[in-house]
Amino acid sequence: MEDIKKRIRIIKFLDYIFAIAGLLSTLVGLVLLFTLLIDLFIDGAPRLGYKFMTSFPSRFPEEAGILSAWVGTFLVMLVTAGAAVPLGIAAGIYLEEYAKKNWLTNIVEINISNLAGVPSIVYGLLALGLFVYFFNFGESILTGGLALALLILPIVIMATREAIRSIPNSIREASYALGATKWQTVQSHIIPYSTGGILTGIIIGLSRAIGETAPIITVGALTFIAFLPSSPITSEFPFISFKWLMDPFTVMPIQMFNWVSRPQAGFHVNAAAAGIILMVMTLLMNGLAIYIRYRFRKKIKW
Amino acid sequence: MSITTIVSENLKSEVKNLNFYYGDVHALKNINLPIERRKVTALIGPSGCGKTTFLRCFNRMHDLYPHNRYEGEIILHPDNINIISSEIDPIEIRMQISMVFQKPNPFPKSIYENVAYGLRVRGINKKQILDEKVEKSLRGAALWDEVKGRLHDLAFELSGGQQQRLCIARALATDPRILLFDEPTSALDPTATSKIEELIVALKDEVTIIIVTHNMQQAARVSDSTAFMYLGELIEFDRTDKIFTNPANRLTEEYITGRFG
Repeated sequence: MEDIKKRIRIIKFLDYIFAIAGLLSTLVGLVLLFTLLIDLFIDGAPRLGYKFMTSFPSRFPEEAGILSAWVGTFLVMLVTAGAAVPLGIAAGIYLEEYAKKNWLTNIVEINISNLAGVPSIVYGLLALGLFVYFFNFGESILTGGLALALLILPIVIMATREAIRSIPNSIREASYALGATKWQTVQSHIIPYSTGGILTGIIIGLSRAIGETAPIITVGALTFIAFLPSSPITSEFPFISFKWLMDPFTVMPIQMFNWVSRPQAGFHVNAAAAGIILMVMTLLMNGLAIYIRYRFRKKIKW
Repeated sequence: MSITTIVSENLKSEVKNLNFYYGDVHALKNINLPIERRKVTALIGPSGCGKTTFLRCFNRMHDLYPHNRYEGEIILHPDNINIISSEIDPIEIRMQISMVFQKPNPFPKSIYENVAYGLRVRGINKKQILDEKVEKSLRGAALWDEVKGRLHDLAFELSGGQQQRLCIARALATDPRILLFDEPTSALDPTATSKIEELIVALKDEVTIIIVTHNMQQAARVSDSTAFMYLGELIEFDRTDKIFTNPANRLTEEYITGRFG
């Protein structure tokens, strides 16, 4: 009996050590993140304000703002989402519901996962050759948006597939047994029940794209832009213009990089302030993803 | 064999020399069986004997998966068409033959939408018609009184037995010619089970029923004829009372008396 008691004491002690180690590891990550955020906030807070959000860059740090940068980020995200979402969802649905499961589709699946790991600069080079030169889109919002769309396409495809895979087969069989065709089943069941997972994947993809700088630099985003792209809304018929797609642009990470590279300390404050805005945008998007996942999970319990 | 004792006007279906293959595996071997109209035919046998495989031939569920092959005929009366012919679209068959599965599988939608789905698939979308048919089906499944005040609640909030009756209502909504039950009560408690058995006995006046069950007492309680299967073959088929009191085949007798399975 004494032996057993001793063994139990040792094992419990090891439990305790492991729990402490786990806690410390978690804390390291959290503490670092919080230190960064607090540091960023202390550095950049003086510059935050309405003026910062609505001014163009300038030679004077106090006058410089991120208007062109965040408008550029917003428009590029629009293009990225517009391209990656329909393509990614359609590809995911096709691969899960329509394609026969054989060696070919296995290779496709492996390659899609690989694509998610390709360095973003490679996507930049691809976009440079394909969109800037071959299709002649030039160094425009369209090119930037499409480059990022290619980058996050694997993420959207994989999120769609995972969401669809989590639908139990008994639901499909119930639908088919009632005489539904494959498209009816996809439309009435597969898509609605996987929407939560798909949306989460889209938001995660977009929050990754928002910070990707390498592809944007490669396709030629400029760093000192003192103008906005053309407005999508015009005053004459047909009241909607697509000219903005072809305009030059800049994005938040590039503006930050530009400021941080300057010697004047004032610009570093600007970079920190822009960093705060960027972090807030990213955290908001991730928070939205978590909230959406929670709402959908409440409705659907497999 | 009592195939000849069922007069042809009373036949809903005839299975002739049915063979079925999962890839290279010969799962069903030369099955010949009459299905009597508006009666309950039970399929019993030990696990793996092929009764569910056989059941799923009637509504072409095997077509959903690759490497499956049918041989032989399942004739549907009075149309005289072969259900498993490759020239016939499985969707046409599934629109006339419904199935209730072993584990209740309602859609994560409202109770109303669950029952209405089969109708929507057929292009019926007018609220008035749907309301009528949903009520009729829920009454037919003995569920109306329990859910009439909450048709738009999620189906998942119902108990297991209620969910299964919902699945039965869903299957009934499309006025099927044959209703297939695949061990419908094996996931349910005894109270829910007896409710569903009562339902099956009541339903047979309206629709022909084939039920797979591993519970012999259930087969004895609800069915008119019973087919005993073993290792993919049909061993014996007869009126239920005769099979359970005086089986002709020794294998049948051993199964019924619990010697194996």
